[in-house]
Amino acid sequence: MRCRALACAVLVGVTACGTGESSVPLMSGTPDAMMLAGTAGDLPANAPARFDFGRRASDDRIALWDIDVRPDGAGLPPGRGSVAEGRAVYDVHCVACHGPTGTEGPNDQLVNSEQWDLYPTGRAVGNYWPYATTLYDYIRKAMPQLTPGILSHDQVYAVVAYVLYMNEIVPEDAVMDAQTLPAVVMPARDKFVVDDRIGGSGPVR
Amino acid sequence: MARDAETPRTDRSNLSRRAWITTASGVVAAGLIRTQSDAIRLSAQEAPRADPTKVPGRFVSPVGSRAPAEQPRRLLRTEALSSSSRTPLDQLMGTITPADLHFERHHGGVPDIRVEDHELLVHGMVERPMVFTMSDIMRYPRVSRIRFLECSGNGGGVYSRDRMPTEITVQQLDGLLSTSEWTGVPVSTILREVGVRPGASWILAEGSDSAVMSRSVPLEKVMDDALLAFGQNGEMIRPEQGYPLRLFLPGFEGNTSVKWLRRIEVTDAPTHTRDETSKYTDPLGDGTVRQFSLAMDAKSVITFPSYPYVLPDRGWWEIRGLAWSGRGRVARVDVSTDGGRNWVAAELQGPILPKSTVRFRHLFEWNGRDTLLMSRVTDETGYVQPTVEQLWEARGPSTSYHQNHQRAWKLARTGEVTFGLGELV
Ligand code: HEC
Repeated sequence: MRCRALACAVLVGVTACGTGESSVPLMSGTPDAMMLAGTAGDLPANAPARFDFGRRASDDRIALWDIDVRPDGAGLPPGRGSVAEGRAVYDVHCVACHGPTGTEGPNDQLVNSEQWDLYPTGRAVGNYWPYATTLYDYIRKAMPQLTPGILSHDQVYAVVAYVLYMNEIVPEDAVMDAQTLPAVVMPARDKFVVDDRIGGSGPVR
Repeated sequence: MARDAETPRTDRSNLSRRAWITTASGVVAAGLIRTQSDAIRLSAQEAPRADPTKVPGRFVSPVGSRAPAEQPRRLLRTEALSSSSRTPLDQLMGTITPADLHFERHHGGVPDIRVEDHELLVHGMVERPMVFTMSDIMRYPRVSRIRFLECSGNGGGVYSRDRMPTEITVQQLDGLLSTSEWTGVPVSTILREVGVRPGASWILAEGSDSAVMSRSVPLEKVMDDALLAFGQNGEMIRPEQGYPLRLFLPGFEGNTSVKWLRRIEVTDAPTHTRDETSKYTDPLGDGTVRQFSLAMDAKSVITFPSYPYVLPDRGWWEIRGLAWSGRGRVARVDVSTDGGRNWVAAELQGPILPKSTVRFRHLFEWNGRDTLLMSRVTDETGYVQPTVEQLWEARGPSTSYHQNHQRAWKLARTGEVTFGLGELV
C-alpha cells in the first residue's frame, strides 16, 4: 500500500496503514515505518489526497442515527422512568418472551442475581453485565423483538429501571435518567479483562 | 469387496448422508440418501435412460442451476429471528463456499434493503462527517480478497467432558465457517476521506437490521485490513450476508463483520454493546471474563471421513479437511490416524492465503481396525491448534466461544464414522 504521509500523519500513535497481508498486527509507528508496512495496494499509487465522493452529513442526519449509548452516559437522551412505570411496560411488552420474573423464558433469561467467584453457571444482567448503559443501548435498538423502536425514551428508562430492580441492583424507588443510569455500578464490572491471546508458540491461553 | 448401500443409522431426516452404492460392474458411485424421494431418485438413476448423444440437449439459459442430483443444503438451527444456518462443509470441494451456502447468523432476521436507498454515515472523531450512497462507495478504488469468515460460536458443543456427542456431523459442529472472495473498498480509504482526528482509537459499526447489530472494533484493525464489502464470489453480496454493504474484518470473529452496515462512528473508547459484553465474551474460570477476544485462532477440521459417512471397505482412502488461521497463513497441518500418538504432515493445496481456508489431504491405507483420525494445524506465528485438555486448563469449564481445539473422528471396524473426541478424554 502506498500509505501517504499526509493521511498517516493524522493517525500516528493510534494505528497503521496496512494491507492485511501481514499476519503480525501492525503497531503504531512513525509515518516512515508505516509507509514501508504495506506492499500491495489498497489505494492506487496515483490516488488523489481526497476523492470527495459522498456528501457532508448534516447535524440532523447525525442526530437521527447516532443512537448508541456509552458507559459514561454519552448518547443518553432526555427522559426518565421509574421502577413502577417499568413494571407496567414490562408486563405489556416483554413478559411474553422473557417471563413474569425475567427467568421463565422462552427467550433470554434477564434476571440472575446469583454472584460468582470463579465462573458463572448462568449469565444474565445481574451477575454478568458490566455496564447498565448497555441495557438502554440494546433495548432501544432491538427490543421488543417484534416491534423494535416502539418504546418512548421514558418507557426505555422505565423498563431498564425495572430490569435492574428485578436483578437486585437498584431499589424499588429508583428512577433512571441520563444522570442516574451511568452511575449504577454493576456487580460484574471489574471482572472484565482484555484479550491476552497473541498467537505464537507460547502457552495456550 | 465393497458392500451395498448402508441403511441410515439415524432417523434424523435433516442429516444428509453419503452412502456408497455398488453397481453391477463393481464400480463404487456416490449417492445422497436423505429421504424416501432420494431413494426413488437413486433407483431411477439405475433405470435405462435416453442416450444423451442421441437427443438434442437444452438451450442456453440466463442463469445456471445445480444438477438435480446435487442439492447441498444449509442446516437450520431454528426458524427464529436470532438464529443460524450452517454450511455443508462435508459436501464442498476446494475452499470457496458457494454464496447460497454461506453460513448465516442473524440477530434480527434478514432485512429487505433496496440498494438505491442504502446509505452509510461516517462520523464521530472525524474532520468531515459524511454520508455515502452505494454508488458513492462503489466508485472508490476496490480490492478483492479471499478470506474465511467464522462465527466464534462455531464448534460449541464439543467442549463439555460430560456431554461429548458421537453422532454429530461436521456441518452441525463446524458449519459456521465459510470462505469467499470478498470485494469492497478498504475502510482505510473512507477514513482517509473523512479525516480521523488525533486520539481516535476505536470505531462503532452498526447494522440496519431489526437488531441494529452493533460492535466496537479497534481502529488499528480497521486501518490494517477492514473492508466495506459489497461483493461476494464475483456478484453482489447476498441479502443473508449483508446486502448491499457489510463490514468485513478478515480473521476476526464473524459477529464483528457487521452486516447491512449503515453507520461507522469513530470513537476514543469501545461502546460496550450487548454483543461485546453479555455475549461473545469468555469467562475464564479464574474470576475474570475475557472481552474483545476478536481474532480467530488457528483451527483445522477433517471433513471426510466424518459422521455419518460409512467406509465400505478397507484400503486406500483420502483424509480431507480444511485449516485456517485468523492470524495469518497456515504453515502446516499434521494428521494422526492413531488418536494423536503419531503425526504426519498432510499435503496443503496452494495458494496458501492469509486468513483464508486451506484444503489439506492425507492418503492413508486403512487396515480395517478401529481408528481415531485427527488433524492439527500450525499457523505462521507458530501457534499450534490446542487439545481440548489444554483449553480446559487455560480457560476453565464455562467458555462458549473460540473452541478451536483438535477434533477426532472414530472410524470403527464396521466402517461407520462417529465423532471420536469422547474416546480421548
Ligand atoms: C418476541 C419476543 C421478545 C420480546 C417481546 C422481547 N424480547 Fe427481549 N429478547 C428476545 C430474544 C429472542 C432475545 C435474544 C436475541 C439475540 O440473542 O439476538 C432477547 C434479548 C433481550 C435482552 C438481552 C439478554 C442478554 O442477556 O443478552 C434484553 C436485555 C431484553 N431482551 C430485554 C427485553 C425487554 C426489556 C423487552 C420489552 C420491552 C423485551 N426484551 C421484549 C425476545 C423478545
